[in-house]
Amino acid sequence: MSTNPKKVTLRPKDFLDIDALLSPEERMLRDAVRQFVTERVNPGIEKWFEAGEFPREMATEIGAIGLLGMHLEGYGCAGTNAVSYGLACLELEAGDSGFRSFVSVQGSLAMFPIWKYGSEEQKEQWLPGMAKGELIGCFGLTEPDAGSDPGAMRTHAKRDGDDWVLNGTKMWITNGGIADLAIVWAKSAEGVKGFIVPRGTPGFTTRDIHRKLSLRASVTSELIMEDCRLPADAVLPGVTGMKGPLSCLSEARYGIIWGAMGAARSCYETALEYSKTRKQFDTPIGGFQLTQQKLVNMMVEINKGILLSLHLGRMKDEGNAAPEHISFGKLNNVREAIKIAREARTILGANGITLEYPVIRHANNLESVLTYEGTSEIHTLILGKAITGLEAFS
Amino acid sequence: MNIVVCVKHIPDPNLPAEMDGKTLKREGVQGVMDPGDEFGVEAGLQIKERLATGDGESGEGEVTLVSMGPAAAMEAVRRGLSMGADKGVLVSDDVLKGSDALATAKVLSAAIQKNGAFDLVIAGVESTDGYTGTLPGTLAEFLGVPHVSTVKEIVSADGGTLKVNRQTADGYHVVEVGLPAVISVTAGVNEPRYASFKGIMAAKKKPVEQLSLSDLDLSGDDVAVKQEVTELSKAEEREGGEIIEDDGSAAAKIADFLKEAKVI
Ligand SMILES: Cc1cc2nc3c(=O)[nH]c(=O)nc-3n(C[C@H](O)[C@H](O)[C@H](O)COP(=O)(O)OP(=O)(O)OC[C@H]3O[C@@H](n4cnc5c(N)ncnc54)[C@H](O)[C@@H]3O)c2cc1C
Repeated sequence: MSTNPKKVTLRPKDFLDIDALLSPEERMLRDAVRQFVTERVNPGIEKWFEAGEFPREMATEIGAIGLLGMHLEGYGCAGTNAVSYGLACLELEAGDSGFRSFVSVQGSLAMFPIWKYGSEEQKEQWLPGMAKGELIGCFGLTEPDAGSDPGAMRTHAKRDGDDWVLNGTKMWITNGGIADLAIVWAKSAEGVKGFIVPRGTPGFTTRDIHRKLSLRASVTSELIMEDCRLPADAVLPGVTGMKGPLSCLSEARYGIIWGAMGAARSCYETALEYSKTRKQFDTPIGGFQLTQQKLVNMMVEINKGILLSLHLGRMKDEGNAAPEHISFGKLNNVREAIKIAREARTILGANGITLEYPVIRHANNLESVLTYEGTSEIHTLILGKAITGLEAFS
Repeated sequence: MNIVVCVKHIPDPNLPAEMDGKTLKREGVQGVMDPGDEFGVEAGLQIKERLATGDGESGEGEVTLVSMGPAAAMEAVRRGLSMGADKGVLVSDDVLKGSDALATAKVLSAAIQKNGAFDLVIAGVESTDGYTGTLPGTLAEFLGVPHVSTVKEIVSADGGTLKVNRQTADGYHVVEVGLPAVISVTAGVNEPRYASFKGIMAAKKKPVEQLSLSDLDLSGDDVAVKQEVTELSKAEEREGGEIIEDDGSAAAKIADFLKEAKVI
């Protein structure tokens, strides 16, 4: 072992040189997303967030890069590894959680179930257009009275001849109002089944949820099924039971582990720059010990969080990541990201509460990220069960 | 039509430059493909695609990237391949460390000739690290073909002739040049495409020929440094600028200033 380390350059934005742990191809994919976010997302994000809209017209641009269903093989999808998918989520969420949510829902929650549980015809019909961003999908699991406990869903599907008839309401559905197709999970006589519900199907309507103070650059909607009649081939044939929707969530959660660190990085970098230029008492505020402690805590947690993401990504690429591992990542990284966003906000003082800087936007967005895809409490209980063997909920 | 695009791997210009004596530190720093070269790659791809869709002569031919640099320069070549170029040539040799623009042009010309017959060589107007701006002209001289500098628009490419618009201080020249030729393109020539994931993943499988100096039949003497940096000093801090108090004539004064700067 060498005791004389060569002179290394310390980089405030990649302190542990995590870049060196990525393959050249992973770095290139990451850089492509970073460039896209810098040039196409960042200039418009304040406006979209304030207006409470997702720029639907950007879906095809996002598709052209290859971001939609990027970790799936075939059917027009890029087929990258899990680490690359994670890196893309990180860069997108450094722009805004709304864009990362759009990509997560499209790729992991809408395309993934078709890709994994769909028939060959369903895959051919939907996936290529979804990969291009020409068709937008959403994922309907949560209901007004079934959130953390989705198994308590009331939406049901009854057979009528060859057809299926769906009734029920789904709530808090990302992309719902702009979706061309919804993956709706419903109880049937055989158990929980997934259905592909195209927009325009009689008996199927959506209603957007307004007045959100978080994830504003993302569409969140209600899906309403009233005697919604679907042909026999609308059902996803490959899965029955809650493992269908839960396996999709595990995919999307994995992306959130990385994404949360993107939002955190944006907050940290903003606070770091600000602390070097803002002077009070004739000193840059970054020169005060209390500010340095905040910045160092942020930097340390971000490096740890990204290392954790990368470790889980490598495990996933080797097929060794259990859902409990993903819970570990989501619990830690979203929790730390929120802390970082709030701490960064204090460094910006009054400027921290405006949309001129990304920090309060990220802080607000992360409140949604903390809740969706399994709340922090639920992930804690999953881990609690994993280490004690005792179930605190069922 | 066979198109060669010169690409350079440089220290990331968005990071503060680190010096290694009197030259730029290149090893152990974050590198990128020179952003100026994205325009060259895009220009090459657009010409190839335009020909392939029948707008002109037949679409036969390839876009080849040629680069000289340390092993890390492979990333710049892969970046260009991910945008859509067909293959790459990378000349790496310890002897070439610290080369000046003249030696670089000599090496690139040898690599281009070794690669085979070419119709068009595209380079950026100047690199975003050395900024000498001498390479494209020198390269054309070594290759024995004409050079059209500061191309801001490629109008057409067919029948062995390239028609371009050349940026000048107060307008542009319309130039027709017989091929083969070298052109240098400005940052305004096109809108470089984003590398797509499929492009990035396909790039890994595209061929890149790695050459040393001896593969090009060149010796250390051929590329000896003939240029020396004698002094290095920091650029002057930008001054506060001139403040014009408006006494009714401010608009005219600002207009005069902009005219002088050739902005309007
Ligand atoms: C912006 C946004 C987008 C969303 N997008 C989608 C989507 O696309 N598709 C979709 O299906 N859903 C979506 N959701 C819904 C999301 O998944 C749910 O909000 C989440 O599962 C929590 O459910 P709930 O809101 O009903 O909260 P509840 O389940 O009612 O939880 C309320 C509180 O009780 C706690 N709690 C519940 N059970 C326990 C327990 N056993 N022990 C301890 N504490 C417990 C929770 O942790 C939480 O703190 C979205 C939500 C938001 C905010």
